[in-house]
Amino acid sequence: MATVTAEPRTLTRAATRLRASDVLYTLTIGSLATTALVILVGPVVIVLLTSLTDGHSIKFPPSGLSLRWYRLLFDPVGSRQIHLAALNSLQVALVTMAVATVLATLASVAIARRRGRWVRAVDTFFMSPMILPMLAFGLASLMYFTLMGFRTSLTLITIGHVVVVAPFVLRTTSASMSQLDPALLESSASLGAGWLYTFRRVTLPAIAPGIAAGAFLAFVASLDNVPISLFLAGPRSDMLPIRMWGMMESTLDVRVAAVSGVLIATVLVLMLVMERVVGLTRRMRG
Amino acid sequence: MRARGVGGAEWQLALPLALAYAAFFLVPLLLLIVVSAFDNETLTTVRFAQWRKFYNDPFYWKVIVDTLKLGFYTVMATTVIGYPLALVYLGARPRWQRLILFVVILPLLTSVVVRTFAWIVILGREGVINQAVLGLGLSPAPLRLLQTEYGLVIALTQIEMPLLLLPLLSVMSRLDPNLKDASAALGASRWRTLFRVTLPLSLPGLLAGCMLVFASSTTAFISQFTIGGNRLVYLPLLIWQQSLVVYNWPLASVAALTLLVSVSLGVLGIAAIGRRAQAHAA
Repeated sequence: MATVTAEPRTLTRAATRLRASDVLYTLTIGSLATTALVILVGPVVIVLLTSLTDGHSIKFPPSGLSLRWYRLLFDPVGSRQIHLAALNSLQVALVTMAVATVLATLASVAIARRRGRWVRAVDTFFMSPMILPMLAFGLASLMYFTLMGFRTSLTLITIGHVVVVAPFVLRTTSASMSQLDPALLESSASLGAGWLYTFRRVTLPAIAPGIAAGAFLAFVASLDNVPISLFLAGPRSDMLPIRMWGMMESTLDVRVAAVSGVLIATVLVLMLVMERVVGLTRRMRG
Repeated sequence: MRARGVGGAEWQLALPLALAYAAFFLVPLLLLIVVSAFDNETLTTVRFAQWRKFYNDPFYWKVIVDTLKLGFYTVMATTVIGYPLALVYLGARPRWQRLILFVVILPLLTSVVVRTFAWIVILGREGVINQAVLGLGLSPAPLRLLQTEYGLVIALTQIEMPLLLLPLLSVMSRLDPNLKDASAALGASRWRTLFRVTLPLSLPGLLAGCMLVFASSTTAFISQFTIGGNRLVYLPLLIWQQSLVVYNWPLASVAALTLLVSVSLGVLGIAAIGRRAQAHAA
């Protein structure tokens, strides 16, 4: 008789204990995840609001809202150096994107569907800028080009950037290549299509979204690059991130907030467009 | 047939990138070794004097250890708050999953300089945190957060977290949600399910993320220098100072090679820990 009554009681106790630990789980995981979300988004929002201040110093929350720092930023005389640096960065990013996209797309077409030790070694070599400290490579590039007798220039910066951003294109394009149905290529070949024709009419259209996502990431990575630009930027080749860093170190100019605001808005718009067109975030997640 | 590809001559397409990497990546990196062997700034005598100077000085050893420690702390901090977000992502509906993914990627695509600047606004004397602390009367004077190691780790946690989350979310999105439910149906508590089912299955993504965070945080010169100040010396600051301020290329090269090797060893260490943990779980 006693066992009959005891059994449900232990069960209920176990059930409530289970529930208590589950509540603790939900609270712990929930609060940590909320912290993560706040810490990810908060700084972006704070920069945007700071850039709209009507005061003279960087303070949050701003005393009042105005567009004065944006007006100063777009002043062609007062902010000439920032404009030059921004144009240099834009030019380098566009050329870097074009070159890296062509080279990395060709390479990924060549290696994405192959197996073997050599292919894996080459792939690791191509992807290594993602994990190796690129600051060491920035110094290496500076010494390399200087010892060859070159002066720092936008061309040299572009060469360095291509090396650093090529893995982004390689990754997204290779992911598209591995989803490509080999039967398509084989049937195209068996119907008598040459290699180039198959590439243009079958392979390229199928992997185009992967290439586009990679090209976009390459563009952004070049625009934001610090490790290479830090060493190769010079008086005649000022780059935006390096100039912004200088502005932060010297006077903590509020225009840094305005430049940041412009960059955040640009990235946000481009990101939404790329999400619509090629499903960017899904491709980045992999 | 499939391995050869159509036409069988496709491998040559990798040549342009391979040549570009050889000429502008591999050769410059090898040049680091050559330059590091010289004794003096004018690069005339080769007797590895800078190597001896670097490795006989306890100060430089401390810099190496501090750099690796910074990477380790950042990996820990990003994991502790980033992994729970990945768990929420795993259990969320597709709409929310898309939103979380967007929130993770947006900071990744905003310049590191912008993110560093944000943390100056947050951690500064008149920053967000100090305004809150003073406003709530928690401290009589503003806290010093800039130019401290924990301030830097807080900032790096945000700056590097997307790198942890991308590979992690990638693995999470391929996990079978039924496994979690099966574990719960068999009576496992949610903690037990986390440590016995979800964590072992998502370990490859977590490790890939940890490697990226470690490599990136130990190299993040602008964040380290601007938030940490010049009293916290890490290898990137040393490389920058020696090469662009005092023009001692050989010593800068020694520091760069040290960064390259120690970060690689750290990354391999994370991979080794992961293999052991996986063997243990299996």
